[in-house]
Amino acid sequence: MESRSALTVEAATDSTDPMRRGLRSLAELPIGFSARIVAVNGASHIARRLMEMGFVPGAPVSVVRQAPFGDPLEVRVRSCHLAVRRAEARTIVVGDPQSFIG
Amino acid sequence: MSTTFDSPPLTNDADLRTKRRQLTIAIAGNPNAGKTSLFNALTGLRQKVANYPGVTVERKEGIWALEGGRTARLIDLPGLYSLDASSIDERIARDVLMGRARGLPAPDAIIAVVDATNLARNLYLITQLLEYEPPVVIALTMVDMAERRGIDIDVQRLRDLLGVPVVPVVAPQRRGLNELSRAVSEAARHGATKRVQWRLSEQAEREIAALCGDGEAGPAARRRVMEELYGEELPPDQNRRALILAARQRLQAHDPNWWQEPLLARYRFIERIIAEVERTKEAKRDLTMAIDSVITHRFFGPLILAAIMLLVFQTIFAWARVPMDLIDGAFGALAQAVHAYLPPGLFTDLLADGIVAGVGSVLVFLPQITLLFLFITLLEDSGYMARAAFIMDRLMRGVGLHGKAFVPLLSSFACAIPGIMATRTIENQKDRLATILIAPFMSCSARLPVYTLMIAAFFSDRRIFGFLSVGALLIMAMYLLGITVAVCVAWVLKRTILRGPTPPLVMELPPYRLPNPLTILQTIWSRAWLFVRRAGTVILAISIILWALANFPRVAPEGDRAQTVADRSAVESEQLKHSFAGRLGHLIEPVIAPLGFDWQMGIGLISSFAARETLVSTLSIVYNVGREADSSSPSLIEAIRKARRPDGRPAWTPLTAISMMVFFVLACQCMSTVAVVRRETNSWRWPIFMVLYMTALAYAAAFITYQGGRLLGFG
Repeated sequence: MESRSALTVEAATDSTDPMRRGLRSLAELPIGFSARIVAVNGASHIARRLMEMGFVPGAPVSVVRQAPFGDPLEVRVRSCHLAVRRAEARTIVVGDPQSFIG
Repeated sequence: MSTTFDSPPLTNDADLRTKRRQLTIAIAGNPNAGKTSLFNALTGLRQKVANYPGVTVERKEGIWALEGGRTARLIDLPGLYSLDASSIDERIARDVLMGRARGLPAPDAIIAVVDATNLARNLYLITQLLEYEPPVVIALTMVDMAERRGIDIDVQRLRDLLGVPVVPVVAPQRRGLNELSRAVSEAARHGATKRVQWRLSEQAEREIAALCGDGEAGPAARRRVMEELYGEELPPDQNRRALILAARQRLQAHDPNWWQEPLLARYRFIERIIAEVERTKEAKRDLTMAIDSVITHRFFGPLILAAIMLLVFQTIFAWARVPMDLIDGAFGALAQAVHAYLPPGLFTDLLADGIVAGVGSVLVFLPQITLLFLFITLLEDSGYMARAAFIMDRLMRGVGLHGKAFVPLLSSFACAIPGIMATRTIENQKDRLATILIAPFMSCSARLPVYTLMIAAFFSDRRIFGFLSVGALLIMAMYLLGITVAVCVAWVLKRTILRGPTPPLVMELPPYRLPNPLTILQTIWSRAWLFVRRAGTVILAISIILWALANFPRVAPEGDRAQTVADRSAVESEQLKHSFAGRLGHLIEPVIAPLGFDWQMGIGLISSFAARETLVSTLSIVYNVGREADSSSPSLIEAIRKARRPDGRPAWTPLTAISMMVFFVLACQCMSTVAVVRRETNSWRWPIFMVLYMTALAYAAAFITYQGGRLLGFG
C-alpha cells in the first residue's frame, strides 16, 4: 500500500515532465505499445468500475487503436479488449512503455 | 434431461427436508460469459421474463429439471462485473443473493458462470460471491475456445484453490449439464461453503473491528460492515452514518485510495490462483484482432456501420410491410366478417371496431419488432454491437448520449417501439431514459400515411428547378426536423432533469462469435410475447375507450341502420359529429385554431393520439367518404380539398397541411409507444412527461409554422 501511494503522489505532481521516471497516463501511451499499470486515480465511482474491469496495478495494458473519430481508445488488459474514453484513460497511471505489439 | 444416471438414494435427512420444496438457484456471471446460452440450455422454453418490482431491471426465470426428477426455479441475474452495487443491476443481484429481493427466497445455490478465456477478470465476481452465504458452483464456459487460443486451465487445481465445485460446460452441445445438475443438487444439500475473508491493512482492520462492535463478530457482521464502509450507499441510520463517515475520513487521511483495498486484496488472491492454474502456450494471432482491423478501421469502420444500418432500416421499413399488410388485411377481413355474420348492433360494433381493430393495431407491429430483434440479437451476440458503440461514441457524446444509444435511435425511424425496447443495452439509467424520451422524434413509418396524404392533397405535382419534387423535399424536411429537435432535447435533458456525472465508458469489446440460433429464437420469442402481452392489454383498453368516445352518445336508435354504403357512411359521419369525440373536437377548436385546424381536424387529432395513421381513417369518416379510404384514395383527397369552413373559406390550405405535418413530427401520438415506455420505465411518470413535453413542442412548432407562414403571406 505504502509504495503505491508514493507512486500515485509522484505521478500527480510530475505534470511538468510526465516522461520522468517513465510514468505517464494510459492516454499518453502510444498506439501499439504496452506498459504495466501503476495506479488508478480519479473519482471512486469511475476508478472502481475500471478496476473491476481489470485495470489494477500490476496488470499489463496496451493501446490497440483509437476509434475512427479519435475517441474512445481500444485497450487490451490481460487478454481482454476494452473501450475506454481518453478522459478515463488519463486517470490510469502506467510505467515505462515496454514492447511493441505490432 | 438424461436418465442414464441413477439418482442418488434419498436417505439423508437434509435431503428429505429440501426435497419437499422446489430449489431456488440463481445464475450469475459477467456479460458475454455465456450465461444466457447456459440458462437457455438448462430451461429450454420454460422461462418467463418480468421486471423486478420498482426498477427497470429485467428478471428472467425458468424451470430447470434436475437429475432425479426434481425441479429447480432458475433465476437469471443480470450480467455483472461486480457486486459493489454501483449500478441498479448490481444492487438487484446482491439483493437476490441475500434473499432481500421481494417475492424471492434466498437462493439455495448459485451457478457462477466463468469464461475460461478471461479467467482473471471473471474470477473477480467469484471472489465477491464467495463472501455471501449461498453455496457457489462454477460453470466454466468457453473451454473449447480457450483451448484453441492456447490457454490451458487446471480445473482440479482451480476447484481445490477456490474450495467450490468447478464444472466445465459447453452449453450449445449440452456437454457438462448433467454434472452441473449433480453438483448443484449436492451443493444445495450441504449448504454454505466456507466464506472467504480478506485481510486488509492494519488501519482498515482496526476500523472494521470498531464498527463491528463487541457483541457481534463473525463473517456476516464483518461483511455488513465492509458493505457500509466500502459501498457506495450509506446506511439510513443517522448515528451509524456518522460513524461510517468518520471512519472513512480517517482512512482517507492515511491513504487517498483507501477504498481500493478490498479490490486489491481480491485481485491478489486471483493473481495467486491464476499463477497456479493457467498456462498459456504461445498465443496465436486471433481472428477477432484481424476482423477488428477492418470493422473498426478509421475509414471502413463507419462505412460498414452505415451499410449494416441501411440493411436493418430497409428490412424494417420496406420488407416488414408484407407481413404487416397481411396482418392488417386479416384483421380488416375479420372485422368485416363480424359485421356480416353478427346482427347489427352496439355489441357487434364494439367487437368489430373496438376489440378486433384494437388487437389488430397491436399485432400489426409484430413483424417490425420481430425483425428488429432478430437484427439486434444477431449484432449483439456476434459482438458487433459493442463495435458500433465504439465507433459512434464520440459523436453521440456530443449531445450527451452514450455510444450505445445509436442503434435504438436509428431503429426508431422504423418504429419507436422496438427502438425503445432496444435501449436495454444502455446500462446507465439516465442515458437510457434520455434515449427513450427522444426516440419518438425519429419519424416512424406510421407518420408516412399522414405525410403522404398531405402531400398528395396539396403538393402532388409541384417541382422546384423542374426536377426536385416538393413532396420529397417536404418529407426530408420532416425527418430532419425530428432529428434536430431530438438532438436539442437530448442536450437540454442531459443538462436539466437527467443531469449527472458523465458515466464512464468502460465497455468490453468481446471476441466475435457465431450467434447460437436457439438463443436468438428464444430472445425473439420472449420479446415478441412480452410486447403482445404487456403492451397489448393497455392498447386494447385504450382502443375500446376511443371506440366508445366516437360512438356515444348515440344519434340513431340501435338497429335502425342504413343499408347502402353511402347511407352507412352518412350515418357514421353523423354519429361521429355528435359523439363525445365530435364534441371534444368542437371543444378544442379554439385551442387548435391558431395552428390552422378546425373541429373536424380536431377529431382527427384526438383519434390520432391512439396511433398516428388513424388520422387518415378518421378524416375519411369525418368527410363522409367511408372508412375504407386510404392515404392515396382520390375521394378523400377531393374531400379534403373541397372542405369548407362556416365562412366559406377552404378548410385546408397548403400552410395548414404543413402545420399538420409539423405537428405530427413532434407530437407523441402513439399509445403503443406510451404503453411501452410505461413498461420499460416501470412508472407512469415518464410516459406522461413524454406525452406532455412532446405535445407542447408540437403545438409550439405548428403555431410558429402557421402564424409565421401567415405573416409571410402564405395560406
